[in-house]
Amino acid sequence: MLKVNQLVTVGALALGSMVASAKAADTVKVGVLHSLSGTMAISETSLRDVLLFTFDEINAKGGVLGKKIEPVVVDGASNWPLFAEKAKQLLEEDKVAVTFGCWTSVSRKSVLPVYEKNNGLLFYPVQYEGQEESQNVFYTAEAVNQQATPAIDYLLEQGYTKFYLIGTDYVYPQTTNLVLLEYLLSKKVPIENIGGGFKKDDSGKIISAGKYTPFGHTDYQQIISEIKQFAAGGKTAIVSTLNGDTNVPFFKEYAAAGLTAEIAPVVSFSISEDEFRGLPAKQLVGQLGCWTYFQSIKSDANKEFVKNFKKWLKETKVPGIVKEGRVTCSPMVLSYNGVYLWKAAVEKAGTFDVDAVRAALKSGLSFDGPGGKVTTQSNMHLTKNVFIGETKADGQFKILKEFKDVYGEPWLLGKFKAQ
Amino acid sequence: MSSLSKRHKIELIAVGVIAVFFIVIFPLLNAHGAVSNFTINLWGKYLCYALLAISVDLLWGYTGLLSLGQALFFSLGGYMMGMYLMRMIGDLGQYKKPIPDFLVFLGWTDLPKFWVPFSSFPFASAMVLLVPGLLALVFGFLAFRSRVKGVYFSILTQALTYGASLMFFRNDMLMGGNNGFTDFKFILGYDLRDASTQRGLFIATALVLLVVYVALRLLSHTKFGLVQRAIRDGENRVLFSGYATAHFKLFIFIVAALIAAVAGALYVPQVGIINPSEMTPDKSLEAVVWCAVGGRATLVGPIIGAIGVNSLKSWASRAAPDYWLVILGGLFVIVVLLLPGGIVSIPARLKALWQRFKKKPAEPEPTSSGDSSASIPPASESKPSA
Repeated sequence: MLKVNQLVTVGALALGSMVASAKAADTVKVGVLHSLSGTMAISETSLRDVLLFTFDEINAKGGVLGKKIEPVVVDGASNWPLFAEKAKQLLEEDKVAVTFGCWTSVSRKSVLPVYEKNNGLLFYPVQYEGQEESQNVFYTAEAVNQQATPAIDYLLEQGYTKFYLIGTDYVYPQTTNLVLLEYLLSKKVPIENIGGGFKKDDSGKIISAGKYTPFGHTDYQQIISEIKQFAAGGKTAIVSTLNGDTNVPFFKEYAAAGLTAEIAPVVSFSISEDEFRGLPAKQLVGQLGCWTYFQSIKSDANKEFVKNFKKWLKETKVPGIVKEGRVTCSPMVLSYNGVYLWKAAVEKAGTFDVDAVRAALKSGLSFDGPGGKVTTQSNMHLTKNVFIGETKADGQFKILKEFKDVYGEPWLLGKFKAQ
Repeated sequence: MSSLSKRHKIELIAVGVIAVFFIVIFPLLNAHGAVSNFTINLWGKYLCYALLAISVDLLWGYTGLLSLGQALFFSLGGYMMGMYLMRMIGDLGQYKKPIPDFLVFLGWTDLPKFWVPFSSFPFASAMVLLVPGLLALVFGFLAFRSRVKGVYFSILTQALTYGASLMFFRNDMLMGGNNGFTDFKFILGYDLRDASTQRGLFIATALVLLVVYVALRLLSHTKFGLVQRAIRDGENRVLFSGYATAHFKLFIFIVAALIAAVAGALYVPQVGIINPSEMTPDKSLEAVVWCAVGGRATLVGPIIGAIGVNSLKSWASRAAPDYWLVILGGLFVIVVLLLPGGIVSIPARLKALWQRFKKKPAEPEPTSSGDSSASIPPASESKPSA
């Protein structure tokens, strides 16, 4: 009798473990590493939402290599050491096959050593400064030449001759403006037509171009009056890499000084449709934006994407998801594209092994996303279309120009030489 | 030895056992694979936080100085160690240049002068103590001499750390700006990404915590400790008794700054990043919360609080990423409302509850000060043996 009991126990245990392993075999763990609380939450939760939507969409069609995606969502809480801890947890404890995450450069820099040590794979979706090419990060993000330099091309084409550079004081604006300085000089814009000021080292070499304000700066009176003075001398555009809520006092002061988009348009690289949920779009009508996707793109793929995402928002039972007034924007679409590119790479490689997936990504895979066709490059970046748009009162953009298939180039400092 | 009560003997034994566990057994388990590298790294971080919390307890719990600037000393210690670690990257950075990446990006081709000596570990270690120590000396001297007290002291320290964070955010500081320092590779020739190096750092942190704990426990039993608590409970009386309270406070302030700085220096190689967001006032407030949750003026309390709150945070931000802030906030509310003595007061409270239950109501219990003082420990903690 005892033996029978034991047999039954063993059998049940074996069955149990088989069921457990069968369940494990049917899913693949995928990490989602964004800030769901803290200062960056307003931007990053949208990326979490779109990632969960994409996973559901893929799972409904059978998953990846026959396995359902099992998302492991963690909160980086806008706390950079916590990002490193969570990355470690995803890679070492949960053993995720791939991670989609990070927004700020500092969060990416914080997790980078963790991904390199564990040979993990991170998909990074937000415009960034370049000067980096890790084998463990796939940058679906816009490189500087997929946002800033096309915007300058457009402005030059429109006959603008003077450019005022302003940004928040951190790596992305500083690098972007240094690249833009070299680019403008190479386009024969004289240096006195580039505003914002320069900082030189002892040898006289320019090490910083443009005007910088700290995060959360509110007093723009003096800077705006300087811009006004600068703009008086010719057709002027303002190139802004100001980030986050600083834009509110900036544009308020700009309007108060009597400046308008007709007199001196501002082209911003950090304001997308999603930011208008927190910014007064009406004050920004006519100002320019430059991204690799706008919600207003009139393609079937985009209409389908926006419709499906909104439908998913309505139906989802995931807690904490805002359902009202949602829009789509470039970082969201780049996250979406990232998941599909990873899926394509896994299917090409026939395995979830990071080295094999990386090799597949480097071989040049294409995906027809909401913003048009994107193609992976051997330098872990993405070839994609670039759009210039004009802000409308409803927080959407009217597309003014499209650049087709722009190659993502991370190493731009020193690339453009003045003749 | 009347000064060493039974309670303290039990505490001493418990601390000894826990110390042996953390310093010997835990790392051994890690070396044999029973404890994951992730776990030991995480606990290394918790112990650094525990050190920070203990420095807050020394100021707030024992001296009544609510400093909101401890995160500044913590980060300064971290930055000094970070400068050494940045130099140890050598030319393995993104730009493959012999100077740190962010300097290359800022257009520098040579190392700025004040960076040069940080290639030496002894120099960097000395700076870990000197820079925060000197800042605490100057700031403390000015603040205590002008008899800045209470809430004004808190506001002043908060302003100090906020000002410093704004300064460090600037790229012109040549301290890495918003991104700070990261991507460290080596410490004293050992690869930081090796499990054994992380284990070594963990043991070092546990040892420092033990030493700090024992030293502060001894200090609280001296005449100095008594004056310290007297300042907390009635500074004017101490002053009129002929003690230069400002000197006492200044000394405590500097010691607390040094403890926080060492914690920061141990923290940075374990988490792999230091940037100005670590020195914002809310980080100081967090340390105060750990101290309050654990139980202030107990020395053990802050350690328990720091480890408890942070492990709850680590667990909840993975298990319930949408609700973890609510869970944490709820805990703080509960502690403030129902447990003013913090987690360490739970046993005494349970005991009191048990006794009331056993003896049935109505019986007026003559308080034998020995037991009930456990919930308000500092009042009768020690008599000077000298």
